[in-house]
Parts: sequence; C-alpha cells; structure tokens
Amino acid sequence: MNTVVCMKQVPDTETLIKINPDGTGIVAEGVKWVMGPYDEYGVEEALQQKEKFKAGKVTIASLGPDRAIEAIRTGLAMGADAAVHINDAAFYEKADPYATASVLAAAVKDLEYDVIFCGKQAIDDDSGQVPAILGELLGLPVITQVIKLEVADDKIKATVTREVEGGHAIIEVSLPAILSAQKGLNEPRYASLPGIMKAKKKPVDVKIAGDLGVSGESMTVIKEMSLPPARQAGKIIEGEDAEQKAAALAKALHEEAKLI
Amino acid sequence: MPGILIYAEVQKGEIKKGSFEVTSKAKELGGEVSACIIGSGVEALAPELAKYGADKIYVVDGPEFEKYEPEAYVQAFAQVAEEVKPGIIFTSATAQGKDFTPALAARLKVGSISDCVDLSMSGDKAVAKRPMYAGKAYAMVEAAGDPQVFSIRPNSFPVNESAGAGAIEKVTVNLDSSKIKAVVKSVEIAASEEPDQTEAEIIVSGGRGMKGPENFKIIEDLAHTFGPAATTGASRAAVDAGWRDHAYQVGQTGKTVSPNLYIACGISGAIQHLAGMGTSKVIVAINKDSEAPIFSKADFGVVDDLFKVVPPLTEEVKKIKG
Repeated sequence: MNTVVCMKQVPDTETLIKINPDGTGIVAEGVKWVMGPYDEYGVEEALQQKEKFKAGKVTIASLGPDRAIEAIRTGLAMGADAAVHINDAAFYEKADPYATASVLAAAVKDLEYDVIFCGKQAIDDDSGQVPAILGELLGLPVITQVIKLEVADDKIKATVTREVEGGHAIIEVSLPAILSAQKGLNEPRYASLPGIMKAKKKPVDVKIAGDLGVSGESMTVIKEMSLPPARQAGKIIEGEDAEQKAAALAKALHEEAKLI
Repeated sequence: MPGILIYAEVQKGEIKKGSFEVTSKAKELGGEVSACIIGSGVEALAPELAKYGADKIYVVDGPEFEKYEPEAYVQAFAQVAEEVKPGIIFTSATAQGKDFTPALAARLKVGSISDCVDLSMSGDKAVAKRPMYAGKAYAMVEAAGDPQVFSIRPNSFPVNESAGAGAIEKVTVNLDSSKIKAVVKSVEIAASEEPDQTEAEIIVSGGRGMKGPENFKIIEDLAHTFGPAATTGASRAAVDAGWRDHAYQVGQTGKTVSPNLYIACGISGAIQHLAGMGTSKVIVAINKDSEAPIFSKADFGVVDDLFKVVPPLTEEVKKIKG
C-alpha cells in the first residue's frame, strides 16, 4: 500500500513560547523542534499498513525551512522510504492553513497513494484545517480524528473508526482518502540505530515555489500575537488535617468564588 | 454590518448550547442573522434559534441527514450560503464543528479561523482572537476571504435571549451523491450524560497522583456532585499510563478547556498541561507536593493527600448544595 504522510515540524510540548518584539511570531531561539505528535501517529500507521500489505512506499511531505529536515529524517529513520521537502521562504514564512494545503496538494498530487495521512492538527497553530482543505483541493474524502483503520485487501475501501463527541463512529470510505490521525490510533515506534543510519541515504526531494506552480497565497492574516495574562498563585487552604482543608476549600468555593 | 449565517448543530435531539452562544453574539454585532439547521426530524427545533436572535432559519430536514457526514452537510450548508450570501459565517468549535467548519470553508474557497475566543468588527471585517500553542499564545487574525468563516470555542460568549424575526424556510437540497465517498455505518455514544470537556462548566481532573484507574471513582463522584454541567478530565501521564481514555486528556495533545472551575487532583502541572487549562476561570490544585508547579497557577491550593481530601470535599459540596 502506498501512502503519503503530511508532517510539520513544531515546537516540543514542553516549550515555553515567547513572542518576538514586533508581535508577529514566536522567538525561535531555544525552541526544541520535533515532529508533530499527531503526525507521528500518521507515520506509524503508514508503516504498519505497508508492513501488513508487505509492499508499497511511504513518502513524507513537509513544508518548512532548513531545520525541518531533522523531523523529516526522523520519519525516514522510523522507516519511511522517501520525502518531499518544500523549502521556500515564499511559502513557509506566512503560510496559513489554506496556503499550506495548496502547497502540499501541489507537491503530492503526482505521487502514488492509497491514503494520505495527516496529523489531526499541528500543535503550533492548532488550526486543524489542512486535512479538509487538502481533501477539497485533491477531490478526496476526508475522515478526521481517526483512531482505527482497517484497509480492505483490494485497497478499494477502508473501514475507519473516528472519535466523535462522547464516543466514536465507524465509517466506510472509498480510497484514496485523507485520514487525520488522533491519539489512540497506534503507538509510534522509536527510530532504531540502523534506521537512523539508513535514513541518511534515503531520497529527499527538495522543492521550491517555482517547481510547484501554485501561489501559496494565505486566506488569513495574523495581525498580532500576544501572551496570555500571567496567572498569579492564589491562596493555600490551611487546616489541621485533610478533612478541615476539604471543608475550608468547599467554603471558599461557595463564598469567595461563588461556584457552588 | 454584513449578514451573518450560523450553523446550528444538533446532538441528541437538541441544539448545542454553543450554537446559541454564536447566535447571541451575531445578534449583538447587529445586521441580519440567519441560521441553518441540518438533520432528520429537526424542524421542530428551529424556533428556538429565534429566541437568541435568528431572523431567518433555514431548515434542511431529511432521512439522508440523520447521521452527520461532512460531505452531505457541507453540500447542504453551502447551498443555503449560496442563497443567503452572508458576509460572515459562525459555527461552534465543538467536536463536530471542528470537522465541519474547515470542510465548509474549503468548499466555499475561503480560509476559516478556528477555535476563536473573542471577536470584534473592524469596518465590515471581523477580527478574531484565537489561542495557538494550546493557549501558550494568542493571535489576532483577520480573514481575507468572502465570506469570513469563524468557529467559536464553546463558553466564549454568553447566551442572551434577544428575539429575532424567526422566519422559517424549509430548503430542499439536491445532494450530489457522486461526491459522497464515505458512509457512516454506526455511531456509538456512551450513555453518559456528561458534557464534553471543552463545553463543561466544571472539570475535576486526575493525574499521576491518582495511582491507578480504579481510583478515578472518587473524582467522578466529586464531578457528579456538582451537577450535569460537570465532567472529569485527566493529565497526559494518566492517559499514557492507560488509566483513562484519551478523550479525557486535557493539555496540548488533548483538549484545551476553559471551564468556570478546574480542580486538578494529583496533577503536578507540566507546561503542556498548564497550557491546556490555563484559561479556566478558577483553578484548584490538590497535591501533596507543595513544590508542584500547578500551585503557581492555582487560585486555591490544598497541600495534602488527594485521597484524604477529595472524598470529604465531595461530602462538603453535597451539604452546601443541600
């Protein structure tokens, strides 16, 4: 089975975010960059499907600057076969979800795939829109928040379980399709040492704007970024023992916070 | 003021509170407020939208819309949008809204702005405030497309009763079935009446300090004591340990929540967790480690063993609620 995994390199979840002086973006220094956690589920699922079918190719597609190659190499070290790295400042500097999806669509449209995996959202801008826009641009069905995938032997259809409010839904979808990965889909593997060595020799096709024939124009503009107001530590509830503290807390929630 | 069209979401036979919130906000902004409700047997619900300001309500009602499937719903809504020609579209950023809205915007060939927490007009254009990095930062964002499409995070705006004209129009949709490539076979929803974490007013959450899955009963009991608007949550540590399902996870790789009250039990307060619940109106931390980072964000802290604090707290809350 052939798959494409759209992947974004993002700041690690333990990163403290700082805003640059002109308020247009974050301070990149000191950030630990990693493969998007939801994209990791996509890479793992692509590898598992390839293993199950004992054939096929897993291609990673990523839009990002030079540093993004580290996350791409991580995916290749996990076992992906090849990658497309769209590395052009004209795209990645201001790319909103629409621009990102249009660039990715142009980069992957001629590849062979039964499924295109995406993470359900990138954990930097948290938009969660790229899978839907990509589906629209490529004319493919999109199933978001996927937690289980069973591809039929003929690869014409797949049965997909997705998370919905308060439970899950089981959906039959014709392939090719775009699936956005949610936590729970699988347990991503770590790259092995031989995998890391092999990854260095795997092909990475670097593309710039002129190669793709799309404008990559954004539909939304970030005017200004800011940090949330800092929270102050409040009061510690005192008491002789746990029961007294529990009573004092209930009283505070009732009388001070007026929440009970 | 441009006209606003709202997607009114139905779950379990009722319109979601978030849909009323965005209807109220649309009414407050002025201009013509329309709403579109889609489903099977939903026509009777339509008048409720008028209470909160809808001047016109478009009803797409038929058995083919019984189960939510984005392609059919997007086709239906897009047909209504074609007729209404709104300047702005609002949806509620519920679980379904997060699936529907980007697909709708893509069909209308515009970008959408997801999970907005505030919104103001600048001339004919709306500018939205939305969290990024799970709430570690905020951005003011303007949409360049026409219409402008926004999904609004639940609990961001109050529900206000302010009646609109409430004219109801039934719409017949001609679905292009060649584009429907996914079929919903079944939907399994837990019998629980608990609200989703992103919409709950009170969340009692447990972390590594819960020590095991069997102990979550005590935080469930506390949550139930608060009533139907309360639910439980979990830290990533508790989910990764397999104690709770991922649907409960609060934090950067789980849900970003903003309840009136967040009670963190045995949660130390990793950066990714604090990001996901930092906008809660009141935060309570119960942890026996007085050095836990969660205390630096908590309005009320209890330094003690959660197993000794939570059960009597449940009893005290019961007493107060009578």
